[in-house]
Amino acid sequence: MAEYDRYLANDSRGDFKHRNSILEALHLDGWLLLLLATLVTFGLFVLFSASDGSQATLIRQMRNFGIATLAMFAASQVRLDTYYRWAPLFYVAALLLLVAVPLFGVGAKGAQRWLSLGVIRFQPSELMKLAMPLMVASWFSRYGIPPRPWPLLGALLIIALPASLIVIQPDLGTSMLVAGSGLFVVFMAGVSWWYIMGAAALFLMSAWPAWLFLLKDYQKQRILTLLDPESDKLGAGWNIIQSKTAIGSGGWSGKGWLSGTQSHLDFLPESQTDFIIAVLAEELGLRGVVFLLSIYTLIILRGFAISIRAQTGFGRLLASSITLTFFVYIFVNMGMVAGILPVVGVPLPLVSAGGTSIVTLMLGFGVLMAVSSEKRVIAQ
Amino acid sequence: MAPRDAIRDTGREAAIHRGRVFTATVIVSLALASLFYRYYGLQIVNYEQFLTQSERNRVRLEALPPTRGLIFDRNGELLASNEPSQLLAVVVERAGDLSALLDRIESLIGLDPEERIRFQERRRRSRPYDAVPLKLRLTDAETAVVGVNRHTLPGATIEAQLTRAYPHGELLSHVLGYVGRINTQETQRIEEDRYRGTFHIGKVGLEKYYEDVLLGRVGNQNTEANAHGRVLRVLDQEPPNPGTDLKLHLDLELQRVAAEALGDQRGAVVALDPRNGGVLALVSKPSFDGNLFVNGISTKAYSSLRDSPDTPLLNRAIQGQYPPGSTVKPMLALTGLELGLITPETTVKDPGWYQIPGDSRRYRDWILRIRGTGHAEEVDMRMAIAESCDVYYYDLARNLGIDRLSEGLAPYGFGQVTGIDITSEQRGILPSRAWKRAKLGQPWYPGETLSVGIGQGYMLATPLQLAQAAMIVANRGIAFKPALVSRIGNEERVAPPLEEVVASPAHWSAVIASMMDVVHTPAGTAAAIGADLSYTIAGKTGTSQVIGIAQDAVYDEEKINARHRNHGWFMAFAPVDRPSIAIAVLAENGGGSSAAYPVARKVMDAWVTRGQDG
Repeated sequence: MAEYDRYLANDSRGDFKHRNSILEALHLDGWLLLLLATLVTFGLFVLFSASDGSQATLIRQMRNFGIATLAMFAASQVRLDTYYRWAPLFYVAALLLLVAVPLFGVGAKGAQRWLSLGVIRFQPSELMKLAMPLMVASWFSRYGIPPRPWPLLGALLIIALPASLIVIQPDLGTSMLVAGSGLFVVFMAGVSWWYIMGAAALFLMSAWPAWLFLLKDYQKQRILTLLDPESDKLGAGWNIIQSKTAIGSGGWSGKGWLSGTQSHLDFLPESQTDFIIAVLAEELGLRGVVFLLSIYTLIILRGFAISIRAQTGFGRLLASSITLTFFVYIFVNMGMVAGILPVVGVPLPLVSAGGTSIVTLMLGFGVLMAVSSEKRVIAQ
Repeated sequence: MAPRDAIRDTGREAAIHRGRVFTATVIVSLALASLFYRYYGLQIVNYEQFLTQSERNRVRLEALPPTRGLIFDRNGELLASNEPSQLLAVVVERAGDLSALLDRIESLIGLDPEERIRFQERRRRSRPYDAVPLKLRLTDAETAVVGVNRHTLPGATIEAQLTRAYPHGELLSHVLGYVGRINTQETQRIEEDRYRGTFHIGKVGLEKYYEDVLLGRVGNQNTEANAHGRVLRVLDQEPPNPGTDLKLHLDLELQRVAAEALGDQRGAVVALDPRNGGVLALVSKPSFDGNLFVNGISTKAYSSLRDSPDTPLLNRAIQGQYPPGSTVKPMLALTGLELGLITPETTVKDPGWYQIPGDSRRYRDWILRIRGTGHAEEVDMRMAIAESCDVYYYDLARNLGIDRLSEGLAPYGFGQVTGIDITSEQRGILPSRAWKRAKLGQPWYPGETLSVGIGQGYMLATPLQLAQAAMIVANRGIAFKPALVSRIGNEERVAPPLEEVVASPAHWSAVIASMMDVVHTPAGTAAAIGADLSYTIAGKTGTSQVIGIAQDAVYDEEKINARHRNHGWFMAFAPVDRPSIAIAVLAENGGGSSAAYPVARKVMDAWVTRGQDG
């Protein structure tokens, strides 16, 4: 590939002098690995408490992390140009699976989001979370950075197609995350601020008709409940009231690990999954929240650093959009549990119990590591 | 691809990207800072509020209802107890679909529409997250069914409770009264805090009169409960103070003797201890079983009680008002003696009837129908009491006039409530000029005085009032307020003597001797009970008309409707020299006093010969 030759020639950072460590040989980023390990360990402690000390839950989660780590490792070994080449096919495959969901999918909790492959059930929408930034990033690096109008339109189509398929499942939260992971690439590719502001204006203007025609009742309810949780104390507002109570009652130092009353007396809903931050906040207090936020911040900064040091436009876009998507997970989850964002089904990354989301996230970090080892690949 | 690559400026691409990463970093930092700000607001600024909220979530203040005070008779026999029972309650907030839950419960163990209504009533006066009683007194089978199906009954709990029980049923219902479930009107009246966790309240009788004493003080406990309302542990506890026990003057055995002696006869027996006014027995027949009311009597059962012509719910001993008839004669004689209108030796001609000069109406003596003549040519006071001569009292009443007659009877308690410690007592009527004007707006006619002179006319009295009168005579004027309760907890309840009825000892003796003749001489109206007496009785019979008998019409017992038959009375005390019991017996439509005095004899026998008079 022509690009690589050029980069070889243009490289002037002296990476040739870089010591070739074991981590580099394994295509792993040491800092990221350390931060992720800290986060995962911390998360396991929180989950152990959230599950009322269930060893089974803990073991299941560790198994998930095991699988996810292997996936990350595998993803980090793949060369970026391979991702670049396979991105369209990956995207199309994920899209076809999304189409298959309403036809062959299985439902859970009133929504059809799952495909069943014998023993494994998985959500194609999770796959799309990975395929989307790959596709859009490869699209832009193919058709020019910063994007010109027509490629931009094409990218928006690429984003809208799966997003709308996920919306009708219906899964507004995932749809927004998937669309977001694509749009972040658009943003990172340097799309004109005029476009961004125009889109924002358009979004605000379409909000009202969307409210009237597009949003389902339960989605409206979530937003209304968010605005005034007290209006429905025992119904939709219950979750938010209880999670805010859990968080608030933790104070600075918390009630102590395994001693949260809100979570252990079942007042807190979904305490192992989407609302796990409330368990953390209740038991470990604001101290714990700050610690968690710090790790997240460092991971995000590390992600951005990798993206800046990436050697190709494709790698830059990929690394920065994956990092931004990771941030959005954090913001949406912690915001919704704290009652400043509507309740959408978004887990707290790498802390909430759950297999698919962990694997997807770790795959993303694998890609990030692949980006970070890109230059070193060249160096070899 | 190649041409595009050719014009690509990688340096510019990287620069644009760095700019965007910078922007993104700023946005991310702001967002994370806002998250921190939010959590800071919740955890630091509003910490107290949310901590309180979570404590309120976790900690449930539960009422610990006190056990109701027990009621014992004078010998320590248990008359009102508390029995453990199970009840089904619902925490409405946990139930989800309440009507579905109630339907499910109905399909499992049955549920009356009434129980549903009562449940809704109780729900209105309960606090959020309280367990609201739905079905009281579950059978063991019902408890088991609910227990097995517990997982399908969200919010339903089984709670143990003590329920009032009256082991002697009908025998004491008119004394004890009963407790029942608190109704809407009572809700307005009671202090809600005192009744948290308590579902019953005294409705009538002692249970009502001593409600405050019997209730006790509610306790509290803080429990830790989970989101499903299940109590996990007790955090702290302030135990309830049980209600205070009551001890009665009443003697269960004597009560039983009185009830059995009365048998199926409608009527009442009231026996007092003349030494302190304590009620030894208080029977009203027919009676009912107070246990029926404790957990809500069915509408059908209640209406059959309420609508029965025998009015079992009426406590005849204190609420039944009847003309006292000749039983007032000893008190009238004493009034005459004290006023000097008669002496024990004064006699009155008795042709069997009496006429007010200038009035053609003949006031008949009851003896006329039997003998066709009077009791004797000349009747003195002693004979007039012993044989119950009406003519003598017509004459005395006319000489007294209504004012002095009324004043003479008033000290014995006629026309006013005795103040006994059960509710709903009636006052009877002691007629007077003022009373008639106030009540009927009419002047008093002299002929009416004569009727009152033999305890008829407007005059009405309750059996309790007559027993009180008997007590006063037995005590030669010393009066006590009748009282059922002798001890509240450890506190002896001493009835203060009422104002003494003052008369000269000679006059008391003369009247009491005449009353002894009622029983102890062959001509006495109650001579039938005078045989085989190991002690002395002083008494007075009475027969009171239910319907007015036209002048010269003959009272024919056989032809009279059973409910129009005369009431029989007997009031007495014994032993005469050292009275230990004063009694009044009413036989409603009993035909005459012969239906009453055997009852009194049996009761006095049981009491006096048992040596309880010590």
